[in-house]
Amino acid sequence: MISRIETLGRTGLLKLAALGRSFIFLLHALIAIPNPRTSFPLLIKQLYFVGVLSLIIIVVSGLFIGMVLSLQGYTILVDFGSEQAVGQMVALSLVRELSPVVAGLLFAGRAGSALTAEIGLMKATEQLSSMEMIGVDPLRRVVAPRFWAGFIALPLLTMIFSVVGVWGALLVGVDWLGIYEGSFWANMQSAVSFEEDVLNGIIKAVVFGYLVTWISVFQGYDCVPTSEGISQATTKTVVYSSLTILGMDFLLTALMFGDL
Amino acid sequence: MDQLDDIIIDIEGMSFSRSERLIFDNINIRIPKGKVTAIMGPSGTGKTTLLKLIGGQVRADSGSIKIEGLDIPRLSRSALFDIRSRMGMLFQSGALFSDLTVFENVAFPLRVHTDLPEDMVRDLVYMKLQSVGLRGAVELMPSELSGGMARRVALARAIALDPDILMYDEPFTGQDPIAMGVLVKLIKTLNRTLGHTSIVVSHDIQETLSIADYIYLIADTHVVAQGTTQELLADTSPKVKQFMQGLPDGPVPFHFPAQDYFQDLVGGEL
Ligand SMILES: Nc1ncnc2c1ncn2[C@@H]1O[C@H](COP(=O)(O)OP(=O)(O)OP(=O)(O)O)[C@@H](O)[C@H]1O
Ligand SMILES: [Mg+2]
Repeated sequence: MISRIETLGRTGLLKLAALGRSFIFLLHALIAIPNPRTSFPLLIKQLYFVGVLSLIIIVVSGLFIGMVLSLQGYTILVDFGSEQAVGQMVALSLVRELSPVVAGLLFAGRAGSALTAEIGLMKATEQLSSMEMIGVDPLRRVVAPRFWAGFIALPLLTMIFSVVGVWGALLVGVDWLGIYEGSFWANMQSAVSFEEDVLNGIIKAVVFGYLVTWISVFQGYDCVPTSEGISQATTKTVVYSSLTILGMDFLLTALMFGDL
Repeated sequence: MDQLDDIIIDIEGMSFSRSERLIFDNINIRIPKGKVTAIMGPSGTGKTTLLKLIGGQVRADSGSIKIEGLDIPRLSRSALFDIRSRMGMLFQSGALFSDLTVFENVAFPLRVHTDLPEDMVRDLVYMKLQSVGLRGAVELMPSELSGGMARRVALARAIALDPDILMYDEPFTGQDPIAMGVLVKLIKTLNRTLGHTSIVVSHDIQETLSIADYIYLIADTHVVAQGTTQELLADTSPKVKQFMQGLPDGPVPFHFPAQDYFQDLVGGEL
């Protein structure tokens, strides 16, 4: 019994120490005056890897989620004769909840795990050490551009997810099930408010982007530099990111829409 | 060696342990300026760790490591990066940047620390690669190189900025006899003509003895012997003799510390 409590305490302390390390890590990586001549190309390169390469999975998922929402919404709403409301239902659920959360989860699986594995491998093959010995801080050269790229990419991907999702809903609702297109759009327009819904969704995406990339780069940088350590770090990235996104989403939703 | 201002790196009373295993116990090492100093010792004694301690990548538990008066374990992060731009280190594993070509790898230190125009960078990179015999490999990726080639590219990268202090971790491992001869000559030339201070960690006794001005033999957390090549070859203490002649039996243990061999073998059945 005592030994179990001891184990619990030790695990707790280790986790706490890791959390502290990750704050210091983030501070070192981000507090720097970037040199535009070198930093900008690095950022562009990472934006390509983190953002552009995640586009396909985001677009395809957004399309299918929009289509399925439309179909489900239609089968329920048609009983009440209010199938024109499909447009507003799909748009609101996407913009407020599904786009930031699903795009965030997909982003963690696609880009976050890749970031962790890449940085972990650079650590295991002593590339980070040799960079340090050349006199370049890997936190600024390797970690910072990846962090900013993730931070910028996820909100953009989330917006793309919403747009493609609405398009998918239109395909199923209007073109296939025959909802009148005019009321599909009109209902959506009158129900979705820019500040309340769209902006809050983007704020969520910004928060998730920040958290997921932070987790990803830190897990890579802090991993045990062996193949086993890298695989564990990659798993941790996906698990921690997913849990963080879902937990934070509830918190943010309560803050943003709780008083309605 | 006795002249104090000829010492560039001065390690005094330094102790270091890793996961509760003592690696260095209160050791003193002085690296003379502009000379080739060899660090030798059995595998796993901490030679690589010593280079990392000098480079400030790991911090000593106690004692001081002074480079021209600056105490490495007590420097701030940015001061550490400043002083590192004057050091070059060849890693045991090469540690080339896997996302850059051979050319970009060698050009990396030049690009971050100088504002040289592109054609000058190009000339310098070609010169360094020529000196390690790999000018033809300039467009290859690190994954397309053999182990020995990667290490030579890493050497070219380490000397790209002509740093004051060069640390070579096992530069001769995995090289054929011809490349070995070229590298020995290269290290010698860099040292004699440009006045670099070189620290060479190596197991290749013949090659090391032929270039080293001064040798430290470390084993078992201590410096067991030090001196010039002649002094060490003439040393009659059994430890030094064993190492210099490569004999398996003697006071220097070949085995990593372990429990009794017999116990381990029969342990399963007891
Ligand atoms: N990251 C680490 N964590 C814990 N112990 C380590 C770590 N790296 C090295 N060690 C231990 O430190 C000791 C010294 O390692 P080091 O790499 O400096 O040896 P070395 O003298 O360079 O050996 P070799 O000649 O084989 O390269 C080894 O016994 C090793 O077990
Ligand atoms: Mg070593």
